[in-house]
Amino acid sequence: MPGKRSRKEEMMRVAQYPIDWLEERSGLVGGLKYFLFRKVPRDSGWWHTLGSATLTAFLVQLGTGVILAMYYKPDPNGAYESVQHITNDVTLGWLVRGMHRWGASVFIILMFFHMARVFLFGAYKYPRELNWIVGALLLPTALLEGFSGYLLPYDQTAYWATVVGININGTAPFLGPFLASFLRSGSEIGGDTLARFYSLHMLLLPGAIIGLITLHLYLVVRLGVSSPPWSKEAAGRERDETPAPRGAGLVTPAPRGAARRPADG
Amino acid sequence: MEPQPGQDKPHLPPPSLWPIGFAIGVVCILVGLIVSWPAAAVGAALTAIFGFLWVRDVTKGYQRPDAGVEPAVGGPESATEGAPAIPADRGEAAMPPPEPGETFPRNVFLEGATLGLGGVIAGIVTVPILGFAIGPVFEHKHHHEIDLGPLENFKEGQYVVATFISNPSEGEISRRTAYIRNNGFLGDKPSFTAISNRCVHLGCPTQPNGPLFDRREVEQHTKSGPVKLVPALPAGGFGCPCHGGQYDQEGNRTAGPPVRALDRYEFYIRNGRLYLGKTFSVASVSGSGANAKIKKYRLAGPGQHVDGFEQVLYPLQPPS
Repeated sequence: MPGKRSRKEEMMRVAQYPIDWLEERSGLVGGLKYFLFRKVPRDSGWWHTLGSATLTAFLVQLGTGVILAMYYKPDPNGAYESVQHITNDVTLGWLVRGMHRWGASVFIILMFFHMARVFLFGAYKYPRELNWIVGALLLPTALLEGFSGYLLPYDQTAYWATVVGININGTAPFLGPFLASFLRSGSEIGGDTLARFYSLHMLLLPGAIIGLITLHLYLVVRLGVSSPPWSKEAAGRERDETPAPRGAGLVTPAPRGAARRPADG
Repeated sequence: MEPQPGQDKPHLPPPSLWPIGFAIGVVCILVGLIVSWPAAAVGAALTAIFGFLWVRDVTKGYQRPDAGVEPAVGGPESATEGAPAIPADRGEAAMPPPEPGETFPRNVFLEGATLGLGGVIAGIVTVPILGFAIGPVFEHKHHHEIDLGPLENFKEGQYVVATFISNPSEGEISRRTAYIRNNGFLGDKPSFTAISNRCVHLGCPTQPNGPLFDRREVEQHTKSGPVKLVPALPAGGFGCPCHGGQYDQEGNRTAGPPVRALDRYEFYIRNGRLYLGKTFSVASVSGSGANAKIKKYRLAGPGQHVDGFEQVLYPLQPPS
């Protein structure tokens, strides 16, 4: 059936054409393949998915947050009512608000799990120190997202929790009073405080998180995924199983597989 | 610097100062459009003159009288009339090869100018934005005096929980509560205790530890808006529900995390009415009622020490 085959090939060619067109002019397809189809250690497993899970949780926050912003009014006299409106009146508003509200906790919890995995696997070690530092900047940025978002429903809990939170910042020595004043937008909590927190919550901090995640992922792609500690391989090579000499590393680091010192007999 | 046949090196115009005048002209036009037409006209003239000079400068190399004829001044190997152009790599170099150690001041100048101008532009844009963002920190707030109504509502020796709007333009969000007690007279001057209910641990609202007499509540509308007065008997002083800070009837800390006594309001009396003024911080109070001795300090945020060794941690306060 040469006719049938050539028709199939023709179809494939037609389907392939726009992809080739894009690739030839931008290299984006190759870039995406390079990003997605990377080599990972053969014994990486479920523990290595916590980072992607955190990223997914953040994307959920991003998506639901954009939609919530379409209905929310950052005005001291209308904020509470607009949140009630979202929850009770808008179609599926209860669901989207719930996703954003609970997803915030999921995001932070997953981030801590991811951090624990990296710490316990020793994946923060050379050459990935910088990625640990970027992650260590991501964590407080995400916590600030939680703090600024907590005020937005503008109920009694939100208001007093923010009063306490801002005043905790105010007790920091020397610049604390100014930091608190900056967060309050003046000496008292007022309408500007809510608008300020809203702006921080949906513009500044998400932008910072997106930038830091981009850097984080760039380093992951560049440096590759680390093997788990029980792996028989290290960076694609056989692991050196020679036991380290006794006492090594206590005062001065001994090179791996170094001969035992004469003093050890 | 003349264009030469067989030379495809980019034509670099000589440095020129005219663009500066040109730029000034453009600025004059733009400012003039807003401010006055004559200024715009002057700007247009400046732009035209300096633009002409600039263009003349830039195109100097191309202004040859014998246009249309291949120039014959390119050097010994230059083409004669009608001959095909010499390939680029064969022609004589337009400039002698740079001597070792020679620098390219124009490159350095352009690099510096790009960075410098970029920095200036970034600064011009950033400074007002930052000022806009952090300005409220350094602004003095206008204090509204609070009218609590006639003195008859404050019985001597009785605490009253007064709730009021501290800033009518902000509305409900500026609602504040104070504990007011009429102490009778000190000499010939009336004495009041006016304590802010905000806990000086982290700013939660404290409550009287004792009964509130709701039935004797007074609701009135003064020029500060609605004012509510509820008599109370804070036999156990005042307590904060958030983290358990406790205060006695004079506002002194008795237990829990607060680091000083409750803040107080300045008060004054005009035409038989009680007014509250600014808030101030109190380290501690000795004595009670009209004879209380108050260690008064500038208003500090909750949790901040105003006296003792720890006050060195908070040397500066933003204006309140």
